[in-house]
Amino acid sequence: MWRIGITPWTGGLVRSATLAAAVLLGACGPSAPKVEVIHFWAMGVEAEVLARLLPEFERTHPLVKVEIQQLAWTAAHEKLLTAVAGDATPDLCQLGNSWIPELVALKALEPLADQLAHSRAIQTDDYFPGVWQTNTVDGVLYAVPWYVDTRLLFYRRDLLKAAGFDTPAQTWSGWLAQLKAIKKMVGPQRYAVLVPLNEFEPLQILALEQSEPMLRDDGRYGNFRSDSFRRALAFYRELFAQSLAPTMTNTQIANVWNEMGKGFFSFYISGPWNIGEFKRRLPPELQNSWMTAPMPGPDGPGVSNAGGSSLVIFRRSKHQQSAWELLEFLSTPAIQQRFYELTGDLPPRRSSWQSGAIATDPYTQAFRVQLERLRTFPQVPEWEQIMQEMRIMAERVVHGQQDVDTAVTAFDAQVDAMLAKRRWMLARQQSKLAASR
Amino acid sequence: MSRRPDKQGFSQAQSGWPFAAPALLLIGVFFLLPVIGALLLSFTDFDLYALADISNLRLVGLRNYQTLLITPMFWKALGNTTVFVILGVPLSLIASLGTALLVNSRLTRFKGFFRTALFAPVVTTLVAVALIWRYMLHTRYGLINYLLTHLGLPAIDWLGDPHWSMPAIVLLAVWKNFGYNMIILLAALQNIPEDLYEAARLEGAGAWHCLRRVTLPLLVPTLTLVSILTVSGYFQLFAEPYVMTQGGPLQSTVSVLYFMFEQGFKWWNLGFASAVAFVLFALILVLTMLQMRLARRLGEV
Repeated sequence: MWRIGITPWTGGLVRSATLAAAVLLGACGPSAPKVEVIHFWAMGVEAEVLARLLPEFERTHPLVKVEIQQLAWTAAHEKLLTAVAGDATPDLCQLGNSWIPELVALKALEPLADQLAHSRAIQTDDYFPGVWQTNTVDGVLYAVPWYVDTRLLFYRRDLLKAAGFDTPAQTWSGWLAQLKAIKKMVGPQRYAVLVPLNEFEPLQILALEQSEPMLRDDGRYGNFRSDSFRRALAFYRELFAQSLAPTMTNTQIANVWNEMGKGFFSFYISGPWNIGEFKRRLPPELQNSWMTAPMPGPDGPGVSNAGGSSLVIFRRSKHQQSAWELLEFLSTPAIQQRFYELTGDLPPRRSSWQSGAIATDPYTQAFRVQLERLRTFPQVPEWEQIMQEMRIMAERVVHGQQDVDTAVTAFDAQVDAMLAKRRWMLARQQSKLAASR
Repeated sequence: MSRRPDKQGFSQAQSGWPFAAPALLLIGVFFLLPVIGALLLSFTDFDLYALADISNLRLVGLRNYQTLLITPMFWKALGNTTVFVILGVPLSLIASLGTALLVNSRLTRFKGFFRTALFAPVVTTLVAVALIWRYMLHTRYGLINYLLTHLGLPAIDWLGDPHWSMPAIVLLAVWKNFGYNMIILLAALQNIPEDLYEAARLEGAGAWHCLRRVTLPLLVPTLTLVSILTVSGYFQLFAEPYVMTQGGPLQSTVSVLYFMFEQGFKWWNLGFASAVAFVLFALILVLTMLQMRLARRLGEV
């Protein structure tokens, strides 16, 4: 056997020895290419689509690898809070912008002002101001808008026309007249508008359209007893009291698109994701008979809510620079246009709207108009809970269990109780500040 | 007289401890400690702010419990849960007993098939089943309303009308759970000696008398067990409203546990949610003790 020289076994040994030496030497040398892994959490469809956008980023950043984890929207909120509690946060994350104040209160997010100051890819004044504002808490920027969800009117052109109107009205009174005309035309079995009782957004929009804010004193107390909110709630109640809207939740209507196609209702307050759904689900002969329009306001063109998702970098992240570069990449107009084509999500910056499919799609134009007229909801961590309770209160009013007066008085007290801890915290912070001076 | 431990070491009682220790340790770590932790938590105002910085935690004594008792939503949830238990438990027991008697009957053929088929809902996934039930309960296209209207009855808005939403949940829960109790009762039925029935028949007892005088008395211990398990299980109603109605319409299907879940995991008011948990625990404990006492008295008679 010795004549064979190197046996397969010894050959293997030699090879692995040289390999080991090479690895050792390489590890000592300065040229060791170390791949950086960015953990990126995203939700729903956005997470699926990301996989198709990221190869381009990874090509220009060969030493960065992005790992996407997909969260379900329904479980995301709990998952994020548990991640913060368990110190297991990702580097970059998609975040519903109403959750930002909560995570800021948890001190989980990295302020982005420094990076923004040096950024050439992201210019603040290119963004729609209403949505940009939702990403700052107490004047500090914690997130960059990724896409905007605002709600406005989806409507049946043919039915509106049959009722004697060419375009949706821009004022509440005008719109109410149109709704009544449609209701008169379609009879008791059908309705003029769908305002799902399981969603707080329609009432939130009506309240945002008013002059007074929903919280007062820097978010210390509720302001739901104000004339403004009473007006919004009374208008909301009216829609149901006059049978213009069915007292139904979304889940009770098995298929909203079908029902709108059948003319069960002619108006629907909803968001951009439904553009794609209506295109897909309505039969071809109905495709010319639906359209979108901006929200009507109390005395003229109305405002709407500045919802949507933002991108945030977690404070605990060890890859902040790379995460920021990925955030910049996803914010470039070209990528945002492709993202729109893949998801139907509306870009938050004006330059992304100037060309491509989004500039020509007739259904998005109303959104483009609306995006200039957004109003931010109060930036307090308790906001989502307040809105859920508001929905419950409104449902009681709609079902006639409470009148507007009793409802707003009780609700205002309830909101004050929910904000009690916040008041205590703010008072404590102030006394600490005073002591340190 | 005292019994001296023998030279080799342990008395009998002492020697038991090492054997029980691993189990006791596990129970201590995974059950006792969390329970004590939750109890302590219920005396604090642990919330989002405390999660951010523990110095924001305040000891509040019994305030969570006081607040709970004046929270209308808690009473509403308790009311809903009570309605669910009052409707659900008897229905569930009757369904279980009825099917157990049918499957056990000597006249029944394909016993294995029926046993499996009736037990099947227990092992199905609730979320998948809930989807199908949502279709069956649909106001305009649902199978149940289709049958109702064919019988000349008015259609019911099962999941949209606050008066019917809880009955709909009861229907689903009973259908989903009766098979479990059926299996337990079936086992008890098979343990009743045949000669008792023979003797009863020789005395001239018909089927009804056999059921009243032989079967039911001998089933009392099992029925007690089953009803205790069912009551405490049904008080912990959660998954059915969670997947079917999310507590709606008009909060008519919010159960105590659902209320606790929302407070704890949705709004992160963990201190308050812990208080809810302990109130529910106390409630179930008292009810179970009452049931045991009642059963004992029945057994004596």
